[in-house]
Amino acid sequence: MKRKEYLWAYLFISAPILGFMLFAFIPLSYSVYVSFTQYSGYHAPVFQGTDNYSKLLAEDPLFWKTMFNTFYSALGIPIGMALALGIATALNQKIRGIYFFRTFFFLPTISSVVALTLLWKWIFNSNYGLLNYLLGLVGIQGPAWLSSESWAMPAMIIQGVWGGLGINMVLYLAALQGVPKSLYEAAEIDGANGWQRFVRITIPCISPTTLFILVTSIIAVMQDFPRFQIMTEGGPNYSTTTIVYYLFQNAFRYMDMGYASAMAWALGLLLLLVTLLNFWLSKRWVHYE
Amino acid sequence: MLNAVMGVRQQKKRTHEIIRQTIAYFFLVLGSLVMAIPFLWMLSTSLKEQGVVFEMPPRWIPEHFAWSNYSFVLTEANVLHGFMNTVLVIALPCVIGLFTSALAAFAFARMNFPAKNALFMMLLTTMMIPGVVTLIPTFIVFKSIGWVDSWMPLIVPGMFGAAAAVFFLRQFFMTIPSELEEAAKIDGLNPFHIFVRIMLPLSKPALVTQGLFGFLAGYNDFLGPLIYINSTEKYTLQLVLASFQGFYNAQWTYIMAGSVLALIPTVLLFFFAQRYFVEGITMTGMKG
Repeated sequence: MKRKEYLWAYLFISAPILGFMLFAFIPLSYSVYVSFTQYSGYHAPVFQGTDNYSKLLAEDPLFWKTMFNTFYSALGIPIGMALALGIATALNQKIRGIYFFRTFFFLPTISSVVALTLLWKWIFNSNYGLLNYLLGLVGIQGPAWLSSESWAMPAMIIQGVWGGLGINMVLYLAALQGVPKSLYEAAEIDGANGWQRFVRITIPCISPTTLFILVTSIIAVMQDFPRFQIMTEGGPNYSTTTIVYYLFQNAFRYMDMGYASAMAWALGLLLLLVTLLNFWLSKRWVHYE
Repeated sequence: MLNAVMGVRQQKKRTHEIIRQTIAYFFLVLGSLVMAIPFLWMLSTSLKEQGVVFEMPPRWIPEHFAWSNYSFVLTEANVLHGFMNTVLVIALPCVIGLFTSALAAFAFARMNFPAKNALFMMLLTTMMIPGVVTLIPTFIVFKSIGWVDSWMPLIVPGMFGAAAAVFFLRQFFMTIPSELEEAAKIDGLNPFHIFVRIMLPLSKPALVTQGLFGFLAGYNDFLGPLIYINSTEKYTLQLVLASFQGFYNAQWTYIMAGSVLALIPTVLLFFFAQRYFVEGITMTGMKG
């Protein structure tokens, strides 16, 4: 009787487990091997020891530049989180029309990244784009955005923050609604003003959500590829070439799969380290009930 | 006297409330404008005649509505064709993937078997493995079995279910009371029948949420098609749209018309099912 139930259960979970083996475990293991080979995708991989890794760390200055660019692009995360928290806080003030406002902020989340990126490419157009036109109205001469080495990454960050607000706002709003009212009432009796209540009660109470958003955003932003592919193609002069973009170039343009795999592992380990660091640091600032 | 003090205090509190709400409205309206104006700009550009696009200052409402941009983009520029391809590509992974995920979620939530937790944890690690790490070896494997430039790499993996969906549905199944299930067991229903006749009908909201997420992910996927599809006749909608950049360089009217069309299905879906999206996100987000 019991054994029969086991069989049913194993049958039920067989598809995702098989999927895990075929599309996660085996590729992952194979990728370790490929990262130690020279492999063009046409001929069999040739083992060459740690060459790819030493090239990555010591001989390829572009890799370090892409590393810098990746961290630079992550600057949008704290900005976006602060804005999302601000909007969620505003929405939490017994506002009428929450549904209406939420829709506006959420629209980019469900929209096609390709369409949104094309749209912003047009908005960032230095001569005829909307942004420089609006800046012109208030007397600011806008930069050349995507064709400027120093402004291309800020443009990517602006677009990323704009596109990511909705999901973080929804998460923060749910967290805010979960903060016990009694805490606010107690603080009010103790004479705490609005700002003090926000800093001393709201922020600690929603800190698990903050950690969740931080960790997932870092993992997402550091692997972001489509926006860069469409908006800047890594340029101008490599100023928006992130690790992932460089990895794609190596894998699918230069057909250097071995080197690209080494790069993927470097990025994977980096993400793991950053995530662990996040959890370790979180002991100091995240409060669970 | 006491009443008067209470009255003043209440009055003060109410004034505070009004000030707070006014500030909140101000920021929300400002924020909504920042969100909405790019979309309006997209719509406005899509309805302009080619030459008018570079007019400065820009005209928000075009003098002549160039609806022809849309018909051109739909047919000549293959948006419709791309849309059909996308539907063909995502139908199977959406439907079958949802089913296999739900089946596994049911087993993890409601059944006992050796190594259950270990297997579940193993599945969850897939959610933590960065996609870029598995991308290249997966490509190599699909290439070696001749699946490059076919839809197979976009269709097949999704049919095995997704770890995130298993996780989400498992959470949901665990909240369903077990009385019905017990009764069904006594009646001699086998686990598969219990799943199909009892669990599935009770889980419609959760299934809809996951189905929507699956649809959205498939519909908006750009990376997969970019890597695997080469022939233009196999392009999915997102690839067709991305290829506009090369084909209609600086012809922003066409590019924006295509973008508007690409947004319509998901935006419509969102308007009808906003609740499911929001609940789905907060559930996976908060309990994750």
